[in-house]
Amino acid sequence: MILKPRLEDIKAIGYYLGKIILGLGLAMLIPIIISLAFGELNPALDFLISIEIALIFGLILVKLCFSPPRARGAEFTEKDLNWMQGMIVVSLSWLAAMLLGAIPLYLSGHWKSYLDACFDAMSGFATTGLVLVQDLDHLSFTHNLWRHLIMFIGGQGIVIVALSFFVRGASGAFKMYVGEARDEKVLPNVIHTARFIWLVSVVYLILGTFALGTVGVLNGMKPINAFFHGACVFMAAFDTGGFAPQSQNILYYHSLPFEIITIIIMLLGAINFKMHYHLWMGNRREIFRNIETKTLFITVVITFCITAFGLTQIGSYPKAIVLFRKGFYQLISGHTGTGYMTIYARQFINEWNQLALVGVICAMGLGGAACSTTGAIKMLRIGIIFKALKEDIKRIILPERAIVIQKFHHIKEIFVEDKQARSALLITLAYLVLYGLGAIIGMLFGYPFLDSLFESTSAAANVGLSCGITDVNMPAALKLTYIFQMWAGRLEFMSVFTLVGFFIAAIKGKK
Amino acid sequence: MKKVFRFLFFLPTIYYLLSTISYAQPISSAELINNAKQYDGKTVVYEGEVIGDIMVRGDYAWINVNDGQNAIGIWMSKNLVKDILYIGSYKSKGDWVEITGIFQRACLQHGGDLDIHAQAIRKVRQGRHVLERLNMGKRNLVFVLLGVLCLVWILKQLKLK
Repeated sequence: MILKPRLEDIKAIGYYLGKIILGLGLAMLIPIIISLAFGELNPALDFLISIEIALIFGLILVKLCFSPPRARGAEFTEKDLNWMQGMIVVSLSWLAAMLLGAIPLYLSGHWKSYLDACFDAMSGFATTGLVLVQDLDHLSFTHNLWRHLIMFIGGQGIVIVALSFFVRGASGAFKMYVGEARDEKVLPNVIHTARFIWLVSVVYLILGTFALGTVGVLNGMKPINAFFHGACVFMAAFDTGGFAPQSQNILYYHSLPFEIITIIIMLLGAINFKMHYHLWMGNRREIFRNIETKTLFITVVITFCITAFGLTQIGSYPKAIVLFRKGFYQLISGHTGTGYMTIYARQFINEWNQLALVGVICAMGLGGAACSTTGAIKMLRIGIIFKALKEDIKRIILPERAIVIQKFHHIKEIFVEDKQARSALLITLAYLVLYGLGAIIGMLFGYPFLDSLFESTSAAANVGLSCGITDVNMPAALKLTYIFQMWAGRLEFMSVFTLVGFFIAAIKGKK
Repeated sequence: MKKVFRFLFFLPTIYYLLSTISYAQPISSAELINNAKQYDGKTVVYEGEVIGDIMVRGDYAWINVNDGQNAIGIWMSKNLVKDILYIGSYKSKGDWVEITGIFQRACLQHGGDLDIHAQAIRKVRQGRHVLERLNMGKRNLVFVLLGVLCLVWILKQLKLK
């Protein structure tokens, strides 16, 4: 029997959603500081309007959903959230972030419609990188910073921001943390984990901005542009996002050192934060033993072989360095879920053959490590599925009385259990269905199969490589499809399913 | 027999002319990107607005030129960029230039970039600084929303008390 959600549930959800909206509103203060620094007046107004709207909605939600202290002194809206409430807060927070984050973008006049602005906002928060922005090369510093900042916020997790600064109860915090597709804690306390993730990101932000900015200056860019681009590109690369300040993406820089640094940053972003913690603590052996890094290495080699073989077949890039800068770069960008490009979107279709495209699609579909900023199936699941398969094959081959066990190393030695394998397979299946569904919808609008599958996988796996379908003139229904894919793919389904279940319960449930 | 000799004489000439054909009319970026193989190694004319940065590399420089659809990298001698005064950004419209140069689908000199190696550059229109005027509609909206925000804030504080 399905039960109708109680008023207490709705109030708890609304209260925390309000707090997260307030947090998002405050994040818009950063672009305002930039607008003042660069003397950009109208962009400052765009963000003032957006902050006010966010604060009004946030305050109203907090006010309406706040319950006065009860007899024992506890405010039930500030008690720990249960699983259902935590998941719904997360899924709604991402939708609210998209709607609010799109306001300053739309006000800039660089997006043709509010839907287009929402598309880019969701693409930013979900660290995808597909864009519908118009005339990007004339966009203000303020709006450009916001585009990259939302990737930084979304990459760490919108709720992680709130967890770090606003949420009190550790248990409720953990439920929201899990709802945001992070099922591993780096430190025993989830709030400390959230703060550690921020620490890692900020330290790398400083180092990455310095490295990219210096290369930019050496490449002949103005220092102010070089360091601004450095900060933006770092935020998008580390959070495996894929936005860039100029319309040519990474091709704008025409620089091998810049490409190599972005490859390093993308790989850092694709590594589990738990791994970062162990590397920081001096445990460097972990990187060679961990199932995720091993799987990542193997899948990169396999998918690159497929792509390189395809590209060699048609002789698109005859020199090794060219094959590296075009073939390997797009592949690693796809595998880490970043979406940085050093070719034009249509070159995928016009100059790459189907085999090379299949290699990139496979890489995009696999993704990076769990508890990283990447999307897609993720290396831990692929590793577990492979181990479970190996165990089953051994069971068939070995005598019946033989005891077969499989274990893998992920920070510690873990035995493969049926429960883990089942969970990994279910999420993998859900991703494959999502990739396929988007491809079918693309084909319904008349796009060829491989193009549709490429773009759909890119959206659902939060990658951002495009073969040219993502365009301001594509049908609105397809834009909505990709928005849904980016949202569901980023949250890894569970909180989205919970939200659907909540609405069904609200309609069909019994009191 | 004479005809055959004449044909054999003209065949390589025609082939040479066709292979080094140059396109006198400006070609759009979309046309170049979508038909890159057709234009590969040919002399093309491309025009658009200079955007971003002029990136000097030794005796040469990179500029990026946007024709409204896409931007394409232009590799040119440092001397050719001297005339460029305005570069497109939020605060300025860049110079509109016409580039004559060799189009490369995957330039081996530059790691496979799709680019144009410029032989000549002509400024078609000079760029300008863009004066930013305060949008009064937006300014008024800021004040209206500020009023609403204050009201919500006061109501929240009142009820809490």
